[in-house]
Amino acid sequence: MSKIETKDLNLFYGNFQALIDVNLAIEEKMITALIGPSGCGKSTLLRTFNRMNDLIDGARITGEVLIDGKNIYEAGTDLVVLRKKVGMVFQRPNPFPLSIFDNIAYGPRTHGSKSKAELEDVVEQALSRVQLWDVLKDRLESSALNLSLEQQQRLCIARLMAVTPDVVLMDEPCSALDPMATQRIEELMSELKKHYTILIVTHNMQQAARVSDRTGFMLLGRLVEYGETPQVFTNPKEIKTEEYITGRYG
Amino acid sequence: MKLKPQTKQKIAFALLGLAAVVVIIPVAVILIILIKRGLPAISWQFLTEMPRMGMRAGGIFPAIMGTLCLVAGAIGVALPLGVLTAIYLVEYAKKNWWTRMIEIAVVNLAGVPSVVYGLFGLGLFVIFFHFGSSIVAGALTLAIMELPVIITSSKEALMSVPRSFREASLALGVSKWETIRCVVLPNALPGILTGSILGVSRTAGETAPILFTVAAFYLPRLPQSIFDQCMALPYHLYVLSTQVPNVKPALQYGTALVLVGMVFSLNLVAIIVRAHIRSKKQW
Repeated sequence: MSKIETKDLNLFYGNFQALIDVNLAIEEKMITALIGPSGCGKSTLLRTFNRMNDLIDGARITGEVLIDGKNIYEAGTDLVVLRKKVGMVFQRPNPFPLSIFDNIAYGPRTHGSKSKAELEDVVEQALSRVQLWDVLKDRLESSALNLSLEQQQRLCIARLMAVTPDVVLMDEPCSALDPMATQRIEELMSELKKHYTILIVTHNMQQAARVSDRTGFMLLGRLVEYGETPQVFTNPKEIKTEEYITGRYG
Repeated sequence: MKLKPQTKQKIAFALLGLAAVVVIIPVAVILIILIKRGLPAISWQFLTEMPRMGMRAGGIFPAIMGTLCLVAGAIGVALPLGVLTAIYLVEYAKKNWWTRMIEIAVVNLAGVPSVVYGLFGLGLFVIFFHFGSSIVAGALTLAIMELPVIITSSKEALMSVPRSFREASLALGVSKWETIRCVVLPNALPGILTGSILGVSRTAGETAPILFTVAAFYLPRLPQSIFDQCMALPYHLYVLSTQVPNVKPALQYGTALVLVGMVFSLNLVAIIVRAHIRSKKQW
């Protein structure tokens, strides 16, 4: 069974249709990249998986999104449970204006772990997982906003790890970072793939080619092509995909 | 004749500068007169003693305390009510006719003349609820008058919290209410507080709303309960200036100076709080 599956997924913002008949199956513990020109619906599709589109007035959905076989748009779905399981990393690092420790402890705290020792464990584990523990262990009480952008983004990933999701959605996670930082975050993603199912939206095609196992190409709300990354990039089936990856438009 | 651009610019600057000066003049003149004629009246006794001899001598202690009680009572009621309303409007209300009605009501509340608030307080709190002319009635009347200011400044403070903070929290599976409580409110609080204090300090000087609801003409003792009448600085000033013959002008100016001083120090507190928080704020 696929980790995530969409069936005839359509999404409307008012009268505008942003997703058209999307059928997609995402495999567990792999990195799946969604590529396509701006406005093609790739971020919108990503945000259907943790129902962040619910925050937008007038957003409406038809079809199904199954995660572990369960339709998350069914009435009575608990958004808190869903979003703990399906975490998200945003385009710009968005740490809270709190200390490094409190940023990571925020999720577990609001979900009910209170003891100091428990939280210290969680923080250490989460920071280790994003390779920040050795750098930051002596200044956990300083503000997260003083970190470099790359460290902030890693911190945001660690903050997510602390609530133990099994799917991680990444919405252009490197677009605010320089090339070296981008490379290091990509290495981190390959590391994280052992534990998590990762979806990444990017308009950096090289990035998709480097890090992902599967790639989906989207255009004007449709999923044009979806397959193994090497195949999509070297031997695309659709003429539109070929035109995009060879830089004809986008 | 055609003027050179530089000349035009100089004229424009001069006009703008003149306008700014004209604005400052009344403030400066009021302050100078108050300090010059009121300062001699101010002494420790003036601030801490009861009025004597039909208010022609003694101090203004009960009026100071009365005004402090009213301001504290009003903010105690209006702040929670206003902040909760603002949270509802910003975070929960859908964009429909009902929300628009509430918003229009708030705007209109701000435009109601203060004497109308006074009559409203008289009708509702003093007579209908049988509070009588009392601190409760006066504080509630002032509270309603403060509401639009508090709601408006709280709404702005809430809306200025970056959307990315809310998204980050919601995406971690934190519920909407917890997100508001743990992320939005702490970051909006400084703005809410300063906006509210600035609004409240204005009502400290209002006379009309307390005229029928609480203010005592001459009551040379402190109120014993919140259902007592009390004296208040603005009304005391009005009484001294128009109702009592043969009052030394220094007393009137002294009272006015104390009232202005209280309003200024409230504003100063708000400004210091805001400056302190701005220096710490990093987003």
